[in-house]
Amino acid sequence: MSHDHSLNPETMPNEPEKATLEGKNKFIGFWFFLGGETVLFACLFGTYLALRNSTAGGPAANELFGLGLVFIMTILLLTSSLTSVYAIYHMKNNDFGKMRLWFIITILLGFAFLGCEIYEFTHYIHEYGFTFTSSAFGSAFYTLVGFHGGHVLFGLCWMIALIIRNGKRGLNLYNAPKFYVVSLYWHFIDVVWVFIFTVVYLMGKVV
Amino acid sequence: MREVKVVSNAATHKRGFGAVLWDYLTTVDHKKVAHLYLFGGGFFFLVGGLEAMLIRIQLVKPNSEFLSNGLYNEVLTMHGTTMIFLAAMPLIFALMNAIIPLQIGARDVAFPFINSLGFWLFLFGGLILNCSWFLGGAPDAGWTSYAPLSTTSPGHGVDFYVIGLQIAGAGTLIGGINFLVTIVNMRAPGMTYMRMPLFTWASFITSILILFAFPALTVGLFLLMFDRMFDSAFFDVSLGGNAVIWEHIFWIFGHPEVYILILPLFGLFSDLFSTFSKKRLFGYTAMVFATMLIAFLGFMVWAHHMFTVGLGPVANSIFAIATMAIAVPTGIKIFNWLATMWGGQITINSAMLWALGFIPTFTLGGMTGVMVASVVADYQYHDSYFVVAHFHYVIVGGTIFGIFAGLHYWWPKMFGKILHEGMGKLTFWTFLIGFHLTFFIQHFLGLMGMPRRYSTFAPNQGLDLGNLISTIGAFFMAFGVIVFVINVFYTAAKGEKAPDDPWDGRTLEWATASPPAHYNFKQVPLVRGLDPLWIEKTEGKGKMTPSEPLGEIHMPNPSILPFMMSFGLFVAGFGFIYQVDNKAWLAVVVIGMGITFGSMLIRSLKDDLGYHITKEELEREAD
Ligand code: HEM
Ligand SMILES: [Cu+2]
Repeated sequence: MSHDHSLNPETMPNEPEKATLEGKNKFIGFWFFLGGETVLFACLFGTYLALRNSTAGGPAANELFGLGLVFIMTILLLTSSLTSVYAIYHMKNNDFGKMRLWFIITILLGFAFLGCEIYEFTHYIHEYGFTFTSSAFGSAFYTLVGFHGGHVLFGLCWMIALIIRNGKRGLNLYNAPKFYVVSLYWHFIDVVWVFIFTVVYLMGKVV
Repeated sequence: MREVKVVSNAATHKRGFGAVLWDYLTTVDHKKVAHLYLFGGGFFFLVGGLEAMLIRIQLVKPNSEFLSNGLYNEVLTMHGTTMIFLAAMPLIFALMNAIIPLQIGARDVAFPFINSLGFWLFLFGGLILNCSWFLGGAPDAGWTSYAPLSTTSPGHGVDFYVIGLQIAGAGTLIGGINFLVTIVNMRAPGMTYMRMPLFTWASFITSILILFAFPALTVGLFLLMFDRMFDSAFFDVSLGGNAVIWEHIFWIFGHPEVYILILPLFGLFSDLFSTFSKKRLFGYTAMVFATMLIAFLGFMVWAHHMFTVGLGPVANSIFAIATMAIAVPTGIKIFNWLATMWGGQITINSAMLWALGFIPTFTLGGMTGVMVASVVADYQYHDSYFVVAHFHYVIVGGTIFGIFAGLHYWWPKMFGKILHEGMGKLTFWTFLIGFHLTFFIQHFLGLMGMPRRYSTFAPNQGLDLGNLISTIGAFFMAFGVIVFVINVFYTAAKGEKAPDDPWDGRTLEWATASPPAHYNFKQVPLVRGLDPLWIEKTEGKGKMTPSEPLGEIHMPNPSILPFMMSFGLFVAGFGFIYQVDNKAWLAVVVIGMGITFGSMLIRSLKDDLGYHITKEELEREAD
């Protein structure tokens, strides 16, 4: 009945996320899942690229986008990726408290990003009348960026649930893979945003 | 918190219907999930078959008024959708679930909980789709649901398509991931990649296809859903939308999908030919790499469904050549199967008959495939009955023949009884003859100009006799299927008890009991080469050497949560569909999503560590 996986610094293996078969399964399964997510976003990007100039007489990308806000959002999200790296670093050193702290910082940065995004969308809607239904470009824009935002929200809920659930019991080989995997997810979201920043906003300003 | 449960010896006492039902609703055992997939997929296969019969009855004579035009469109759409998503795929998943863990010497799949979730998502997705029949009309825009036909189709039919497939598709995706991880991580000691049986190999590669193809479908369905339910403009030309985007996304999913349907059966045929020829598979390595090559090319050729869209000669040529290239690895496979049988000690039983019938049938389908892959010629074939003939030769001649072969082959392993041989042969011969009667003539109907998806045809254009023959053939096939269903019931009631290894098999699944214990292997076997059981037999031992001492086994707990999560989505689906009429339906969305997310929350907040079967208990159980 050796299912007690709680750890102390001596029993901590090098890679606690992969120390059990369950952990290894989660780890590899999640990488596969991210492969599928890549296709999902690739299709959304393809759709956006095909429709980005189909404004149907409504506002176009270069009239809408302000790079200042988007730059701030990028900084927020990139930083949150870094802080989640710190969190995992502390996980590997079996320092639950520090890990939790850095995850909380990550969550706060994520919410800040999300707040900016909500502000951005409402701004477009109220100032320019640019909505999901106003043109094919509008539909494609809100769908692509919105899917990313939805992923951010989901990641935040996930991290919060993990923090709360494991708040009192420290690290063990059962929950270490869970923390590891959520951080992978978070990096993935970050990478997608880098592409959005480039393909949607920078290219939208240029052309 | 931690549950350590002692399993009672369930087989010894008879249990009531309620207990069995609850067992299946909560099971996370891959062998029982396989049963669920088999009965779910089998049910939808009968529904899809009924729809096929309606189509053929309508087309038995010119100007027939058996079905109205609108109803014909619905039956046609539902036939295609049902057969591909709700029959063929789940039946393949049934075989994969039943066999993969056994073939690699594993006690379980990597994610038992997710495995059962995948099944329930499929089932509830399929139920949503079919609820449309009773709620104002089924989808009617074809299984491909091309925009703008699908975006402008009145009523809620296409909405059911969108929601139903979205839910079922999610189930397929997580099922695929589960198989991938199972095969990567759970192989028995010594089971290297290049010792895996071809069925496992092919399922592995198929799962990769699922992983990369299904998210495209997810996106396509979302776009269609947004256009229909939330007034977006992806496919609305007046607002700058572009309907060809749907075609691209659909076929980026759809072409790999046809390989998802065929590759696992290629693997199964390889196992079957080698077992029933008493020979090692000819060209094992070539088979593995041919499978990979087919899978890769399968992703590169989607635009051959769009030659007539007007992508231009350069794109058309590239896609045509890439498509034709698939014939090369496929040809390699055909020759290897023939070479496997060459000089072998061949046993012909009903499983082998299906495999033998597959070879010429599928080869014909492959040849017409190369024909339609030729752009200039495809301008003639496209959307004609010729294409209908082509894809039925590959999908029925490959996938359905394969599923029948697999069921006859593995039935003893899955249920502990051998299907009745006489009835098996009767099924095969009536189905085979009926199949060729139905579809061979359709090539010529197509060449004579009969378009696909039309509800009727005019008299005296040379199409009458061909259509009559085609319909007669369909009745033969229906007869064969009915015999099979009778066979299943007969075998359950009276069938002979199967030994553990009824076919003198070569691979690990035959080293377990029929049906296997819920932990599959008491001791995980040690694999010493390709066809591990055969190696032990030829060396005179006849059974596998264990790779570990007898010890306790860790098992997952059953759970009702997968059912609840899928049920929640089922409820929410109706909310989404009807909120277009009345916003009050959003309440149903909230309730449904509440059930789903609530179940997910329970799942993540409550640790489920499973239980252990003790060593003493294993020793008590007789060998
Ligand atoms: C050598 C192999 C193959 C080649 C060269 C080939 C080629 C093609 C081409 C060019 C088309 C489009 C025809 C048109 O719409 O004008 C087509 C349609 C189709 N093929 Fe194949 N194919 C091959 C194998 C397969 C296999 C293995 C399957 C499934 C198991 C399959 C299933 C289908 C289906 C379902 C369609 C019709 C889709 C629709 O429009 O509804 N094909 N094939
Ligand atoms: Cu294709």
